Amino acid sequence: MAEVKRVERPLSPHLQIYRWHVPMLTSILTRITGNALIVSALLVVWWLLAAATSDSYFAVANGVMTSWFGDLAMTLSVLGLWYHYLAGLRHLYYDAGKGLDLPTAEKLGLACIIGSVVLTVLTIIIV
Amino acid sequence: MRYLTARKRAEGKGAAGTGTHHHWHMQVSAVALAFMVPTFIYIIGSSLGQGREAVMATFARPLPAILTALVLVVGMQHFAKGAQIMIEDYARGSAKKGFIMLAIGVSWAIAATGLYALAKMAL
Repeated sequence: MAEVKRVERPLSPHLQIYRWHVPMLTSILTRITGNALIVSALLVVWWLLAAATSDSYFAVANGVMTSWFGDLAMTLSVLGLWYHYLAGLRHLYYDAGKGLDLPTAEKLGLACIIGSVVLTVLTIIIV
Repeated sequence: MRYLTARKRAEGKGAAGTGTHHHWHMQVSAVALAFMVPTFIYIIGSSLGQGREAVMATFARPLPAILTALVLVVGMQHFAKGAQIMIEDYARGSAKKGFIMLAIGVSWAIAATGLYALAKMAL
């Protein structure tokens, strides 16, 4: 019969003792961007609701979305969205059991960071 | 000493309280979003900054309306389950339960609000 052992262990992920490296940075960025995108969703849905409601309400929402704050928020949203997009594709690749060796993982991580910046610039140019 | 096997004690004690369904749901919604999000960015990006008439005309068309609705519903469920993972890492006990409920509630509220706005513009 297995006994339950009570041992005081450090809580995972125990960040203090790790040197920052690409897979770690890109992993935490995936979480930060994914959760931060709720702000983008709130803003876009608010703007949609305003468009569906009335001229005066839309003027307020449109004013916020086209102000410097709106431009900054939407640019960061696109950057976060593209980063999370690429990191999500990488996650699916990892889930298939591929690309898990360190050199490949570091290359994929850099590809996520550089790719998200490139896609953001392209989005700003095209849209 | 309880007469339970190690397996019996471990069952259902995973981080999510359930098995692999959560992970599978994330994979399915991730692939769905991967197909939809580029067009979604284009639709929202090109409508932002336009006048109300133009925005309403855009979302009265089937493709922008249906795609935006799908991204909202699938995306918000993807968010709720993703946020749950984060909450399970950093919160314990009742706080964990409360935050997960809040994340799920906020996600449905945003999706429902978006669907209401889309329906009003499209119909």
